[in-house]
Amino acid sequence: MPKVIVVTSGKGGVGKTTTAAALATGLAMRGHRTVVIDFDVGLRNLDLIMGVERRVVFDFINVINDGIRLHQALIKDKRVEGLYILPTSQTRDKDALTREGVERVIEELKQEFEYIICDSPAGIEKGAYMALYFADEAVVVTNPEVSSVRDSDRILGIINSRSKRAEEGLEPVRQHLLLTRYDWDRVQRGDMLKLEDVVEILAIPVLGVIPNDPAVLQCSNLGIPVVLEPKSPAGEAYKDAVARLLGQDLPLRFVQPPRRGLVDWLLRRSA
Amino acid sequence: MPIEPSVAADADARRLPFQIRGCMQTLLVLRLLAPQAPDLLERLREKVAYAPDFYRDAPILLDLAPLSGKEPGDLAALVEALGGLRLRVVGVQNADERWREAARRAGLAVFAAGQERPAPPTAGQPAARGSRGAAMVVDRPVRGGQQIVAPEGDLVVTAPVGHGAEIAAVGHIHVYAPLRGRAFAGIEGDEGAMIFCDRFEAELVAVAGTYLVAEELDPRLRGRRVRVRHDGRRIVVEPVDG
Repeated sequence: MPKVIVVTSGKGGVGKTTTAAALATGLAMRGHRTVVIDFDVGLRNLDLIMGVERRVVFDFINVINDGIRLHQALIKDKRVEGLYILPTSQTRDKDALTREGVERVIEELKQEFEYIICDSPAGIEKGAYMALYFADEAVVVTNPEVSSVRDSDRILGIINSRSKRAEEGLEPVRQHLLLTRYDWDRVQRGDMLKLEDVVEILAIPVLGVIPNDPAVLQCSNLGIPVVLEPKSPAGEAYKDAVARLLGQDLPLRFVQPPRRGLVDWLLRRSA
Repeated sequence: MPIEPSVAADADARRLPFQIRGCMQTLLVLRLLAPQAPDLLERLREKVAYAPDFYRDAPILLDLAPLSGKEPGDLAALVEALGGLRLRVVGVQNADERWREAARRAGLAVFAAGQERPAPPTAGQPAARGSRGAAMVVDRPVRGGQQIVAPEGDLVVTAPVGHGAEIAAVGHIHVYAPLRGRAFAGIEGDEGAMIFCDRFEAELVAVAGTYLVAEELDPRLRGRRVRVRHDGRRIVVEPVDG
């Protein structure tokens, strides 16, 4: 059964696109045919993060409105077998998304992909609503700070009440929490919310905790999904999240104090 | 409750471009005691402001029983004025002959006298107790931006009520989890209504329209299991331990 997974958050700048790219790449690396769709019409970041911006000819909006065939718009990733990107338009706006059009594209994608990852725009307007409407599962990306947690709560409410599954009274959308930019030192100092606090408020299962890692920014500037970066803690944490999405039960990493080497210890003592 | 037509009627309906079915709906009844009172609209506006979401575009039945035998007034103007408060008058009940004629002229339906639950009490009067309708039970978290209203009786929530969520009930509210949003008990004016929660972190609590915001609360109550009640003048929040 193909699965539609929306990556959403309410708040902007929390790491939705990075997450959508990482999860899609991770799923494909494990041999699942996966497509990732950019719903952020008008801003178009996914193709940049996936490093395919120079290969975009047609896009999601052309497929919905202009009679372009899906295969003319899908971009095949050159690094990972079975990974495809459906970019969006930079010249149109969210009104170009129609429910019927989105449904048609998703139904067609279901014929050949196991996972359809929908990268939602920020906000709770039409773009975000379209991205979550057809979802079977939702990954709610949250930063460990109050405003992000509030917005995540809001978007969870919308998923519960306005998704197709909710409207048709089907089994509810499975919801997962993905906590990003988790910085153990700042959590210790009380600058950031603890994982437990966020879970307490949102009351949904944790898919993963992604540590704050400079590799995330470097990778997105280079157009490399962070899971392809060897030895990056964020990349490792995303791989764990992918494994959990596939049903594996793994302990959370990067939620404990980082084990410091001797040099670190000496430096801290002299500081 | 819709009355299901028989199979034969269904077959009949297939040939017709419409269906007629019976249904029972709950309406709010507005009993006009003194329609000429100069502050009628002002007082109503205050009432509506207690629970704007509950009253918004609510279908209203005007009960004219107290005006029986009196000279009919300008119902059309009244309907329009109530419309300004987003109350939608759909008809009248308990109207005498002349009021019925006035209602027809104003384009309102004339209802036979219906069965009433305790009507919203007038200001200052304690509400009728013990005659509430069914309780509503919510087992999933109430998220920010969501509103849940128990329009007949108590509201029971077994999952967290998030920041920015609103829950309201004609009767009591029970939250067997943290209450972080806003809770309105006794939205039809029952000052005997209470709010109970396992962990009190509410942004605002109100009973019968009297409210208290988080800032006014004793910080020592935060996180406690509490009961919120109306003591006739103001809102009291007290810990319930045990």
